[in-house]
Amino acid sequence: MIETLVVPLVKIAVLLVGILTAVAYLVLLERKVQAWVQVRLGPMRVGPHGLLQPVADVIKLIIKEDITPARADRWVYTLAPIIVLVPALVVFAVIPFGPETNVFGIRMPLHVADINVGLLYIVSIASLGIYGTILGGWASNSKYPLLASLRASAQLVSYEVAVTMTLVSMILMAGSLSMVEIVESQQARGLWFVFAQPLAFFIYFVGGLAETNRAPFDLPEAEQELTGGFHTEYSGIRFALFFLAEYANMIVIAAVATTLFFGGWLRPFPSVAALGLLDIVPGWIWFLLKTFVLLYVFLWVRATLPRYRYDQLMRLGWKVLIPLAIANVIVTAIAVVVL
Amino acid sequence: MTIAFYTLAAFILALGVLVVSTKNTVHAVLFLVANFLCVAMLYVLLQAEFLAVIQVLVYAGGIVVLYLFVVMLVNLKRGPETHVDPRRRDRMGLLIGGAVLAEFVAILLYGFAPRATGAAPAAAAPGVGNVEQVGWSLYVDYLVPFEVASILLLVAMIGAIVLAKKEP
Amino acid sequence: MTDPHPVTATRTPVQFDTDELVINMGPQHPSTHGVLRLILRLDGERVVDADVVIGYLHRGIEKLSENRDWTQIVLLTDRMDYVAAATNNLGYCETVEKLMGLEVPRRAQYIRTVLAELQRLASHLVWLGTHAMDIGAVTVFLYCLRERELVLDLFEEYCGARLTYNSMRVGGLPADLPVGWDRKVREFCDIVDQKIVDYEQLLTQNRIWLERTRDIGVISGADAIAMGFCGPPLRASGVMRDVRKDEPYAAYEEFAFDIPVGAAGDTYDRYLVRLEEFKQSTRIIRQALDGMPEGPVMGKVPRLIKPPAGETYHAIESPKGEIGFFIASDGKSLSPYRFRVRPPSFCNLQVLPKLVRGHLVADVVALIGTIDIVLGEVDR
Repeated sequence: MIETLVVPLVKIAVLLVGILTAVAYLVLLERKVQAWVQVRLGPMRVGPHGLLQPVADVIKLIIKEDITPARADRWVYTLAPIIVLVPALVVFAVIPFGPETNVFGIRMPLHVADINVGLLYIVSIASLGIYGTILGGWASNSKYPLLASLRASAQLVSYEVAVTMTLVSMILMAGSLSMVEIVESQQARGLWFVFAQPLAFFIYFVGGLAETNRAPFDLPEAEQELTGGFHTEYSGIRFALFFLAEYANMIVIAAVATTLFFGGWLRPFPSVAALGLLDIVPGWIWFLLKTFVLLYVFLWVRATLPRYRYDQLMRLGWKVLIPLAIANVIVTAIAVVVL
Repeated sequence: MTIAFYTLAAFILALGVLVVSTKNTVHAVLFLVANFLCVAMLYVLLQAEFLAVIQVLVYAGGIVVLYLFVVMLVNLKRGPETHVDPRRRDRMGLLIGGAVLAEFVAILLYGFAPRATGAAPAAAAPGVGNVEQVGWSLYVDYLVPFEVASILLLVAMIGAIVLAKKEP
Repeated sequence: MTDPHPVTATRTPVQFDTDELVINMGPQHPSTHGVLRLILRLDGERVVDADVVIGYLHRGIEKLSENRDWTQIVLLTDRMDYVAAATNNLGYCETVEKLMGLEVPRRAQYIRTVLAELQRLASHLVWLGTHAMDIGAVTVFLYCLRERELVLDLFEEYCGARLTYNSMRVGGLPADLPVGWDRKVREFCDIVDQKIVDYEQLLTQNRIWLERTRDIGVISGADAIAMGFCGPPLRASGVMRDVRKDEPYAAYEEFAFDIPVGAAGDTYDRYLVRLEEFKQSTRIIRQALDGMPEGPVMGKVPRLIKPPAGETYHAIESPKGEIGFFIASDGKSLSPYRFRVRPPSFCNLQVLPKLVRGHLVADVVALIGTIDIVLGEVDR
């Protein structure tokens, strides 16, 4: 009973709270990192060094007036933020944060579920989030959001192909779709897959930037062009849901990248016995650390690069990334068979 | 298990009805997505996780997005076509409806008919996930039909591009 | 109030019979640089046509000037191009001096040149920052404003104001330079020369920047002249026209500087031209500070400024382009009989529809940025 019902529920609760807190603080981190890059201080007023800013933000967003445009499609308008958020949170279920550990004498794997199609599950669930984006823009009954949501959907659909292709080559390497087994395969080989598949990682990362609408691919919410993007008409808590989903998706992309390319919970150089000292640090800390570094790169890129234009983005996706990804799959497949 | 199945089945049917009965096409597409998701859950119940995930990935996440695109972009508030003889549509509907009904009856009869051979679907070999099973049947048992189907789709795709492309 | 510019869609026969999408951009829009309003007709994301609607910041400065005395008008010119108030002051004062035949002391001429070039730096910094931000490079914006802040500090020390300077008078300057000011200006020039390298590292060779600016909004030299383009955008199209060289005013005749000229006439060239102008401006400022003559900063001006009857036109090179003042005096009253400005932003803005046609929505904001308009000057 405890094993089958209570433990998963507790894990889900811990995970949800953890993700939501992480998202709130990721927003703060983004503002801080951007400010530091731009020779500013960032939020400083709420709490020491603005550390309580997320709390203030959340309270503000919750108590703000929740506006529905007069001619909006009321149901779809309400549904859209939920459709965006739920997949972003649900995919965390299969991400292994660490190896099996003992917590109060209970053997507990540090993931909610290890299903044998884990990776595909992530891809398929993540692909549902796009509905919220499209419908949010459409239901607002406003031109800028509509334009933005069209951009968003075209962008997501095309970059999903490239990202999924890189995942295919990772599956070939690991010989499994299960996230846990992919990490274990890296352990067995004593090699983070990023060193075996640098190109795949590059494509995955660029595609990930595009899929999460991050700079330089933040066209769907290019405030300089579209005054805010598909959520222009949203306010208050519904806007917060969109916001939450975007950052949760960022964490997903980083966490999946960590699992697939950076050995998940493995310590650096897992094959070098001389570094055994590093095993003192528990696996989940390594995992979080790697995810954090990747997230930092997301923020760094945003502070540095200008934005692509819509057609250039499409060209990059279809004419560069997808052919590269397909070529990578073919080469990987040959290598796996031959070696 | 049975309760879950019938609940899902009811949902699937209800959503299917909603898809064709709702006036707003975007809503119809939404119901269709919900319908597909319920079907995916049905697959999970049948322990075909791979199929479920693919159902979500390809249908709910991929194809219906394109439907949504078309529905949103094309103005569908066109008046009914008056020049067509309304009777003709009735006759067509009767014909198609009859055909579908006949098919259903045939399936039902077939389903309830006592099996002569009683060959139940082979139970999954222990240790072999359903990804492997699908892989074996697609790429070993039915390789040629699979490839033929893919070429057929490719041809259709190229045809669509040729048709859609304007004269240079 | 009825809208004088009703937003209407026209149907064009396209294969799939899709309607054109008409969107209204501005006057409240984050990247129309103020209160510019554009009515864009889109085919997908491609701009079929654009209507520019102006007048949201019209304060009637020209008419107002006909009811103010000659000294008060300096204050009004501050409020036209509020990003480059000192050059407006300079243009107006020189026009009145020309009308009255006043002699301005050499020291005042030198200081005016320094102020005008500092102003050019400040204005170009705002331009670079906002232009880069429109294309998505937010960091450049904050870097540029950081340097602009230094210019504002210098102006504050000189005349006490940070935006609307009122920094010149008919016949000279309100005050001599503060002690040690020239050293600070030199330090600032060094800083700017260093920081430009930073900006160039962030943008000039950046692939995304190149893709976003190259071949965007191309206009040939002949077209540019025909449309009344002026300033850096005109020079980017390969036309050698700079009032500082062609009809030297203030002390420009005495300094060596180059006029950068582009070739392609696209957004990237306009960017390069302005970046080069940064370097030329610091060059001019250094020469002026080196050769700063001694003497008074105010010429012999009658207590009551009252130009003789007549009219004149005088133009100078503001950061945005050629700003000209046409002033007619009836010789009797204490205010101009007719006051008219040829604003560079206004003249450059009329090219915008031609530039954006055929480009994508994202390019529209890049093109608004590249022509560097200030709505206060467009509407006056």
